[in-house]
Amino acid sequence: MSPILCVLEQRDGTLRRVSHEVVAAGRQVADGMNTTVDAVVFGQGNIEGLEALGASGADRVLVASHHAFHRYSPEGQTATLAGLAPSYSTVLFAATATGKDLAPRVAARLNTSCATEVTDIVVEDGRVVVTRPVYAGRAIQRVRLTASPAVLSIRPNTFPVSHTERPGTAEPIPVPDFTAKVEVVEVKEPAGGALDVGEAAIVVSGGRGLKGPENFSLIEDLADALGQAAVGASRAVVDAGWRDHSAQVGQTGKTVSPGLYVAVGISGAIQHLAGMRTAKVIVAINRDKDAPIFKVADYGIVGDLFEVVPRLTAEVRKLRAEG
Amino acid sequence: MKIAVCLKRVPDTTAKIVIAGDGVSIDPAGVKFVPNPYDEYAIEEAIARKAAAGEGETVVITLGTDASQETIRSALAMGIDRGVLLQTSDHPDPAAVASLLAEELALGEFDLILMGKMAVDDSQHQVGPQVAEQLGMACITAVAHLDIEGGTITAEREIEGAVEVVRCGLPAVITCDKGLNTPRLPALKGIMAAKKKPLDIKPVTAGQGSFEVLSLTLPPDRPPGRIVGEGPDAVPELVRLLRTEAKAI
Repeated sequence: MSPILCVLEQRDGTLRRVSHEVVAAGRQVADGMNTTVDAVVFGQGNIEGLEALGASGADRVLVASHHAFHRYSPEGQTATLAGLAPSYSTVLFAATATGKDLAPRVAARLNTSCATEVTDIVVEDGRVVVTRPVYAGRAIQRVRLTASPAVLSIRPNTFPVSHTERPGTAEPIPVPDFTAKVEVVEVKEPAGGALDVGEAAIVVSGGRGLKGPENFSLIEDLADALGQAAVGASRAVVDAGWRDHSAQVGQTGKTVSPGLYVAVGISGAIQHLAGMRTAKVIVAINRDKDAPIFKVADYGIVGDLFEVVPRLTAEVRKLRAEG
Repeated sequence: MKIAVCLKRVPDTTAKIVIAGDGVSIDPAGVKFVPNPYDEYAIEEAIARKAAAGEGETVVITLGTDASQETIRSALAMGIDRGVLLQTSDHPDPAAVASLLAEELALGEFDLILMGKMAVDDSQHQVGPQVAEQLGMACITAVAHLDIEGGTITAEREIEGAVEVVRCGLPAVITCDKGLNTPRLPALKGIMAAKKKPLDIKPVTAGQGSFEVLSLTLPPDRPPGRIVGEGPDAVPELVRLLRTEAKAI
């Protein structure tokens, strides 16, 4: 069976964590097909973190260097991948902003479709069968990918990073000539490098129960106490202009699968529940004991969030201080 | 400026999903269908761009059954000039959808092709870039801010934890994210006018595709949770449970 190709992402010369998840997913497919995993990364100059890819399951790491690759280069990366892909049985991307842009372009060059936001993969009779949420998580679809190569993208925070003893040897590959139609001219980073709700291990979200945008400081404090936590928001407060759309969890926002999701002052509209129900542990804090959010929460506290949340922040800080 | 909008008819985001007897699709009975919310940003952008340019034409193109005529009329009621229904009862995969749309779009010599970044039903996120590849056009996806000046597009798109500023020339395919604009509600005058606007119906047949849907099921229920307690006094117990039972902190 032809090998598996995993498409990695780096930002500012550092490999992104989600890339290890792509390699882990690729390893899963490779083991089902009894083949090997190549990982390809695009960059300019040295990229930090490649040496750890062997442990995540990569047999080889292909490095495509080009001056255009210090940022995302749609045409350059598409041309490179379109050249590589026919030698592989499966090509995997991350379903990130970049992956969602790049994977369909590559799929189009191969005259096939990409299965997007995949949450599970099995190999049946030599074919890749994927599981993917549809209707914003209100239904689950299983799809057999009949094209070769099969093209898919995995949802972040879904495939656990495994530990293997693969060589993960890095080697340069050539970049074909390409004409850049689209150019990323700038990347604006927010102060403090905000964590993305779609990728964070912990998400603390606030809703209308907070009564005003200024009270999101309670959510930010709790996220800070928990560490490695992103701040999310319900659709209602995004539509009210309290928070940026990038923080919205649920339909017309992001679907998240963190290890811990804390919903504060969110009643739990169906669109919100669809976006966070795959979190591993859900905590809800709401004054209404009949709020739908409690139906999906593992742990709930019924009460005034303005009393409960500061106490929770203090208790978490205390716990952290004790180690 | 000649602008095309690709529009899909989808179940309302609050619709209760019931699996049909075939086990691979939803039961449409009792489901309210609406224009795909992300496509509404594309419709609004097209209408506003044409108004700002003071000339041009806006066309909405939908792939679907006859029921999609209603969806097209709602775009016409918002202010789009005319509609095209690529009529099929097939459920083509994304590449096949893109081929059928690209074939129609190639006839129009459009300066700008707009659509939502994804449809909220099958969440594929890919028809836009697939169409662009097939037409050999520039494409920027998931755009939340769009400037067009002298034939150059400058767009902003959210990437995880940052914003990319992206530039390309016309013609281009742009897929729209929430935040781009606020879609208008159709006025009564628009609804009346929409009934008289041209709507071409063109039967199409989709290619075979590479997706074989094996099953569609409802997601498993989460195991029942528990109320730890009431008020701030319940917090120490919550923290203990998160630490020792859930091992989440």
